[in-house]
Amino acid sequence: MNIAVKVDAADAAAEAYATPLAELDPAKVERFQNDTLWPVFERLRAEDPVHYTAESDFGPYWSVTTWDDIMAVDTNHEAFSSADGITLPNLKAFEEQRKVWEQANPGAEAPQRRGGAGFITMDEPEHTPARKAVSPTLAPSNIASMSPVVRERAGVILDSLPIGEPFDWVDLVSKELTAMTLATLFDFPFEQRRKLPWWSDMITNMPGHGPVESWQQKGEAMMECFAAFRALWDQRVNAEPGIDLISMMAHNPDTRNMDAMTFQGNVILLIVGGNDTTRNTISGSVYHLNKNPDQYDKLRADPGLVLPMVSETIRYQTPLAHMRRTATRDVELGGKTIKEGDRVAMWYISGNRDESKIENPNSYIVDRERPRQHMSFGFGVHRCVGNRVAEMQLTIIWEEILKRFPRIELVEEPVRSYSSFVHGYESMKVVIPARA
Amino acid sequence: MAQITYIEHDGTEHAVDVKPGLSVMEGAVKNNVPGIDADCGGACACATCHVYVDEAWAPRLGEQSAMEVSMLDFAENVAPSSRLSCQLKVSDALDGLVVRMPESQH
Repeated sequence: MNIAVKVDAADAAAEAYATPLAELDPAKVERFQNDTLWPVFERLRAEDPVHYTAESDFGPYWSVTTWDDIMAVDTNHEAFSSADGITLPNLKAFEEQRKVWEQANPGAEAPQRRGGAGFITMDEPEHTPARKAVSPTLAPSNIASMSPVVRERAGVILDSLPIGEPFDWVDLVSKELTAMTLATLFDFPFEQRRKLPWWSDMITNMPGHGPVESWQQKGEAMMECFAAFRALWDQRVNAEPGIDLISMMAHNPDTRNMDAMTFQGNVILLIVGGNDTTRNTISGSVYHLNKNPDQYDKLRADPGLVLPMVSETIRYQTPLAHMRRTATRDVELGGKTIKEGDRVAMWYISGNRDESKIENPNSYIVDRERPRQHMSFGFGVHRCVGNRVAEMQLTIIWEEILKRFPRIELVEEPVRSYSSFVHGYESMKVVIPARA
Repeated sequence: MAQITYIEHDGTEHAVDVKPGLSVMEGAVKNNVPGIDADCGGACACATCHVYVDEAWAPRLGEQSAMEVSMLDFAENVAPSSRLSCQLKVSDALDGLVVRMPESQH
């Protein structure tokens, strides 16, 4: 269940260094839930930057852990395919999800590929046109036109928060703001917006974690989600073209005839990519500022630091810990030979702490000289298409917070996500102190 | 040294001397010229150093790599004169180059 076992950081480091290299499994989910992942990656960067794990819950896989090696894999999309999926597949979860898919698509042939998460799991040449169908919605000019309404909503959310009593920041702020923005991007019924983060949680979690109680319940939630989006599609495809993501896909010749599986995949991609990441970074900003009070003081004294603070938080949090590729041929990397068909995890969460590329990478510094130099959005053709939407929401919420509250205090350690992909928080209890 | 003039979207001009061998992107970043983010640091991997170059200069800029074409595909308001400035190597032949910045980088 959702109980993180508190593990002493020194014990975790000792264990990470005492384990024989060959047995080191950096994707082990428990370390992400109890926040003891750091020494594992520190050791790999120093001793075995391109690392092979023969046995794990995810099967055999490679880990790429330094900035330059991650960049080399991310920018070589011909040798490293995304079509077989972009996360390390939990083998049990994959089997269960295949059953759910077959149940939802009776009589249809099971998907040939394991991807199925929309254009992020396509290779060229099909990837680019599919991505371009939605990118105008997420481009700076459209984002700029959305920002006044996001600011107004942020203000309403903050003004309704309880003062002087603990509440869950994830629920009342991070999920609420990102759900509203995502509802606007989809032109999804606004009063039902909280279904979006709920579906996202149902998609990304395993039974026993987040809101997921069983594989059956998870499958039903996904079916409900797909049916809702299919209804929106049917409505948009017969209406005048709009700027929302569904309409953009429904009216683009490259995407309007996509099959059910591809559409469902795009829905998953846009829901998860569109709220989990930003949500967890909003929560992360509150956490990291609390853990680094000198930096919180600096920000409070100079609200002009919101922009670099936002980028620094995106680096420091790394809301998606890894992206995965599959080698399409034998590739030499870091003195190792990655064989055709091998799975490769690019650990952005480690590249963002690469001592050779970023000064004092383990320090959270809100006024870094080059704060945008981080790997959290990925690089190459699959780089995050919604990065400006994420930065806009984070910037606005903090500009509005600083106008209202001198401090938001962490009450206790948050409950972290049980995942080595989504690096975030299920809940985070905070209090806004009453002022005399 | 080659003089490069960077023109922000609002018309603000920055004329700076850039050492041959650096990229046009590095010339901006090292001289604190705003408007070029260069998130990837010059790896042709993010498209946040998008600039417009007058066509007269095109023959002196070199061909676009397949990767540059792919990455530019994702920028906003791309024009025939669009380039990624991290892929433009400064030499004496580029003395006097003028590049214009888009309203924002994506």
